[in-house]
Amino acid sequence: MVRAMEQYLRPGIPTTPFCPGCGHGILLGLILRAIHGLDIDMREMLFVSGIGCAAWIPSPHFNADTLHTTHGRAIAFATGAKLYNPKLRVMVISGDGDLFSIGGNHLIHAARRDIDLKVICANNMIYGMTGGQVASTTPRGFTTSTTPLGNPDRPFDLCKLVEAAGGRYVARYSVTQPLALMESIKKALFLEGFSFIEVLSPCVPQFGSKNLMESAPKIIEWLMEKCIPREKAEGLSREELNGKIITGEWGDV
Amino acid sequence: MAWKRIKASLPPGRHYFSGNEAVAEGAISAGCRFYAGYPITPSSEIMERMAHRLGQTGGVFVQMEDELSSISAVTGASWAGAKAMTATSGPGFSLMMEGIGYAAFTETPCVIVDIQRAGPSTGQATRVGSGDIMQAKWGSHGDYQIIVLSPWSVQEMYEQTIQAFNLAERYRVPTFLMGEEAVGHLRENLEIEPWVRVFDRKKATGRPPFEAKSPRQIPPMPSFGEGERLLVTGSTHDGLGIRRTDDPKVHARLIERINDKILLNKPTIVDVDGFFLDDARVAVLCYGFTARSSLSAVKGLREEGYRVGFMRLKTLWPFPHENVGELSERVERIFVPEMNRGQVGGEAMKSSQCEIISFCQTNGEVIRPEVIRKELMRLL
Ligand SMILES: Cc1ncc(C[n+]2csc(CCOP(=O)(O)OP(=O)(O)O)c2C)c(N)n1
Ligand code: SF4
Ligand SMILES: [Mg+2]
Repeated sequence: MVRAMEQYLRPGIPTTPFCPGCGHGILLGLILRAIHGLDIDMREMLFVSGIGCAAWIPSPHFNADTLHTTHGRAIAFATGAKLYNPKLRVMVISGDGDLFSIGGNHLIHAARRDIDLKVICANNMIYGMTGGQVASTTPRGFTTSTTPLGNPDRPFDLCKLVEAAGGRYVARYSVTQPLALMESIKKALFLEGFSFIEVLSPCVPQFGSKNLMESAPKIIEWLMEKCIPREKAEGLSREELNGKIITGEWGDV
Repeated sequence: MAWKRIKASLPPGRHYFSGNEAVAEGAISAGCRFYAGYPITPSSEIMERMAHRLGQTGGVFVQMEDELSSISAVTGASWAGAKAMTATSGPGFSLMMEGIGYAAFTETPCVIVDIQRAGPSTGQATRVGSGDIMQAKWGSHGDYQIIVLSPWSVQEMYEQTIQAFNLAERYRVPTFLMGEEAVGHLRENLEIEPWVRVFDRKKATGRPPFEAKSPRQIPPMPSFGEGERLLVTGSTHDGLGIRRTDDPKVHARLIERINDKILLNKPTIVDVDGFFLDDARVAVLCYGFTARSSLSAVKGLREEGYRVGFMRLKTLWPFPHENVGELSERVERIFVPEMNRGQVGGEAMKSSQCEIISFCQTNGEVIRPEVIRKELMRLL
């Protein structure tokens, strides 16, 4: 990271624990750049995370108040802190397993209540930390350590789910779209009310390697091919959109 | 000094309240300004009164989607600076266990009220029990300490709630008020003193929030938003909060400290009550609602000249082993009546020098004085 960004990192924490090619590191940098871009004082920020690789993005790296909680409950902890001290700017950063499987109930309720939280979900479509078990975000047919014959289930559409629950600002980008993603994070920081960003984040060892994507470039290529901007998608038929991931913004944009 | 005197939540004098309402008044008097909970019988009146009273006092009330989120929101609010609480019963208490372990390990002051009902599982939702005493101590995984108070009257529901907040703030530990359905729904007089002594957590800037100079000391606890850039985690951490998940020394040191800070301070935490103990041959060791029936039985027998005594545990955890041990050296037998299968009786055996006789009643009803009297007559 460049010198100007050092102030955002907690002193004395030498390196991130992420595997080479992990998308979580890219997201870490983009969140801090968005905060830098808005010139927000890190002492006003509270970062809350659950359990998983993604939950390590803010804790311990961010030089702000950080609350690394239990698996699935980050949004509930954040709700308590934000309601008691509304001056805190509260951002929740956690994984797909954490926020949508074990913690899905808290997420939809926080969206319904319109608590002013900025929730960022690092979605690698897998349980990374525990060894690549199937998640509620794993595409149908994909191999994981608990679906050796392919995932029989459909994945959630995270953005549709949050939008239906009442999310004010809802967006989806891949770490392969860094500029759009950074602008989206800025928007979420700026807007009031419940905002949610799904960030597609490659995980080679636990997701890619079991699905013919044994290297970071391969999984990045796959993501870039799969992602299609909302504007482009609007003109396409159902068949043409099959297997695609629509990126962009919904709600108060 | 972190002690201060503040005005009680109600005008001084005599009031008429249920135990659950008295808990809410105690919380407001103690300075509680955050409540998160989920409805459950027989504790819901606490939540309903808190919704009303926090609205009047500028506090925050939130009805969460379950008890997992309730205890989590309480912990989040506590780190944001609140005196925070939740209340629940049996099934909800079970759901809170992981969050309670998190609060204990992160040394988060909070108050959890469990109005015990007949379990296990949904059991008898409107009936009484004392089956959660062991769960309160051992319900979350790993080795940690908590504080548990056991009220026997509406007056104590009020006073011990205040005490629970003071203990939680002073020792940075989850503190439990373990009432039973019978005291939660009991209505009786409540005397309100004009002033309440409350303890506010100690703060300091630039000091490690998870490390103390001596095992008895409690580290300072700043709040989020104060510029301390806190690092709070339920993983094993050093004094600054940095995760150290594979260092045996750091883990051992932290586990020792969170246990020692409670156990070494036992003399200032533990509170017991005793009557007729000087010449007693048999002592009744009791707590909670059962202590009311016990005292009535003991008084009756005393009037008839029987040498029977009474000891009531106002603190259940850390367990008053010292008091039980001392009592056991003076009497021939200790009788322990309980609305469970002998949870406190079994614990008392660890420190008792004399025979412990457990009396267990698990039918969802309170133990009547006649029953205790009959059992005692056999021992006298
Ligand atoms: C109550 C509970 N159940 C299970 C676990 C084990 N566990 C730790 S991380 C994790 C999955 C995390 O997946 P995700 O949130 O997608 O994060 P990722 O590692 O993929 O970034 C699980 C199941 C736990 N810590 N707590
Ligand atoms: S296991 Fe996957 S998600 Fe976890 S650090 Fe490695 S690449 Fe990232
Ligand atoms: Mg994941």
